[in-house]
Amino acid sequence: MTSRASWIPYALIAPAVLFLAAFFIVPLVQTIWLSFSSEEGVGLANYARMAGDLNFSLAIRNTFLLTAIVVPLQVALALLMAVMLTKIERGRDLVLWVLTIPLGISDLAAGLAWLAILQNTGYLNSALYGLGLIPGPTGWLTQETPVALFIGIVLAELWRATAIVLVIVVAGIQLIPKEFAEAAEIFGARPWTRFRKITLPLLKPSLQSALILRTVLAFEVFAVVYALGGTNFPVLAGEAYTWQNINQNYGVAAAYAVLIMAISLAATALYLSILRVRPEQQP
Amino acid sequence: MADIVIDRVAKSFGDFQALKEVSLSVGDGEFVALLGPSGCGKTTLLRIIAGLETQSSGRVVIGGRDVSGLAPRERGLAMVFQNYAVFPHMTVFENIAFGLRMQKVGQVEVKRQVDRAAALLHIDQYLDRYPAKLSGGQRQRVAVARALAVQPAVLLMDEPLSNLDALLRLEMRTELKAVLREAGTTTIYVTHDQTEAMGLADRIAVMYGGRIDQIGTPLEVYATPATRFVGGFIGNPPMNFIKVKASGGQIRVGSASLPAPVRDAEIDLGLRGEDAALSADGSGIPFDVRVVEPMGSHLLLTGAIEGQLARIVTPPTARVQAGERVGLTVDPSRLTWIDAATGRAIART
Ligand SMILES: Nc1ncnc2c1ncn2[C@@H]1O[C@H](COP(=O)(O)OP(=O)(O)OP(=O)(O)O)[C@@H](O)[C@H]1O
Ligand SMILES: [Mg+2]
Repeated sequence: MTSRASWIPYALIAPAVLFLAAFFIVPLVQTIWLSFSSEEGVGLANYARMAGDLNFSLAIRNTFLLTAIVVPLQVALALLMAVMLTKIERGRDLVLWVLTIPLGISDLAAGLAWLAILQNTGYLNSALYGLGLIPGPTGWLTQETPVALFIGIVLAELWRATAIVLVIVVAGIQLIPKEFAEAAEIFGARPWTRFRKITLPLLKPSLQSALILRTVLAFEVFAVVYALGGTNFPVLAGEAYTWQNINQNYGVAAAYAVLIMAISLAATALYLSILRVRPEQQP
Repeated sequence: MADIVIDRVAKSFGDFQALKEVSLSVGDGEFVALLGPSGCGKTTLLRIIAGLETQSSGRVVIGGRDVSGLAPRERGLAMVFQNYAVFPHMTVFENIAFGLRMQKVGQVEVKRQVDRAAALLHIDQYLDRYPAKLSGGQRQRVAVARALAVQPAVLLMDEPLSNLDALLRLEMRTELKAVLREAGTTTIYVTHDQTEAMGLADRIAVMYGGRIDQIGTPLEVYATPATRFVGGFIGNPPMNFIKVKASGGQIRVGSASLPAPVRDAEIDLGLRGEDAALSADGSGIPFDVRVVEPMGSHLLLTGAIEGQLARIVTPPTARVQAGERVGLTVDPSRLTWIDAATGRAIART
């Protein structure tokens, strides 16, 4: 290695680092700083105020509940769809393309689309009314129907963001040579065993990426919830928004932002350690 | 009983016909080698027998049972893949144990079988390792051990020793043969190495262009090739083919005259290099020596008979010089005659 070559990688990566520093690290540090400073000086006052808020524990509970239900469902659905896709011989690209259409729709638009379905005078009620199952417009997204509201949000999230998991999983499955499953089959493994003992372990790196991506985004869930439930279903990112724009208290909003970041980092670390793939176990 | 009957099996990939109505019977406990050049359809045939590929037509019968519609795991066989297919996320031990685990064999028995198979293939010191930390040849032996561990009635092997060095290959070959004979395993063994096929197999099926050209014992395919291809593919040096013209049931090469199996036709005379002897007085088939290669056990002479390339093997003590013209005498009963138009051997009379 010559001395000339050693600075080249740094020079090449510098623009990206500068960009990140200017538009990511600086605001991040500012946010963290903001979250610790208030009229009373530097300290935990913003955090105390956040934790003491009426909606705080509700927002924590809702966000975790939503993540805990949506993310596993998305992974399971994506695995199911990806395995089915490998069985399709003709028109596979077309099916994949159709399944990934929701990826191109912004989350607010997705929330509004589901609002059109689920609101009092929406398509669902029209259909149910037409079938004679309900007497007239029925509210599903109100504070009085928390379970229905929750299910509605889960459905919208599944519809909106399963495709990204699917794309990652499909790419991962295509990387696994088919001989492994064939060898397993020769030696007596049934389809479910092959999936568990061969496909799933070899898919670990892809699953790790998908889980990290989806979990981090799930903790930041906001637009879909806001469109469907307004403030009926408090979540962490929604609270940050309320404190920032309604209450005009940037310190508490920053505290929420830092909390979401901390949770995301913890989740990422957890996945990295649980789904660790030792280099010698890779194909 | 685990005999295999392959009955007019054909396979097309789109427009390309990889197998053309192949038929082959393998007796219970028999060892048959599928020998042929790259791309002739060996792997395709093996995968059809295993059930990993569906034939376009024909059927496969194993142990009297038509398995054409059965899934691979229901066919009761084991297979060594050409590219090993050793599971990267399992240790060598778990790889070898895989088939036994699927059969829910007890822990003690699993360990016993894995140890036995690993010892046989000299990989017992790597049982705790992951395949990524093994050499290609070691990985290949894991694949063989995985197949042997289940003690299958039918064993399909796709070039299982191709990645070993010559010495180890020879050793493995002998041990494999002994183990499979003792267990009475019906074996189909794919290889493009003719010495391996000759040394191991009870019978050799020589494949070429999606067909089986000849099935026979190693000696039969060597001494009496059924086609021009078989003669040229088997043997080192390969069989020599000299274009001659028969007239009146005789052919003339130089001053020599030999009885031909046909009266008047263009035919090829097939001559094994070691079936010709140098005549003392230069009479017989004239052979222009161009290169003399001392091989230790013999001399390999490369030259021309009537301007056509030929290779002749002589004892190491023969006195031959490059550029010399010598005479060859041949035993007519050891000659092969090939119909120049069809490339098939003409039946001996
Ligand atoms: N899935 C496939 N699709 C299209 N063509 C195929 C497919 N599999 C094999 N072939 C073709 O069929 C022919 C036979 O292939 P096969 O793998 O059986 O050869 P082989 O005798 O095993 O060769 P080698 O000694 O190189 O392993 C080849 O010409 C190959 O290109
Ligand atoms: Mg092959």
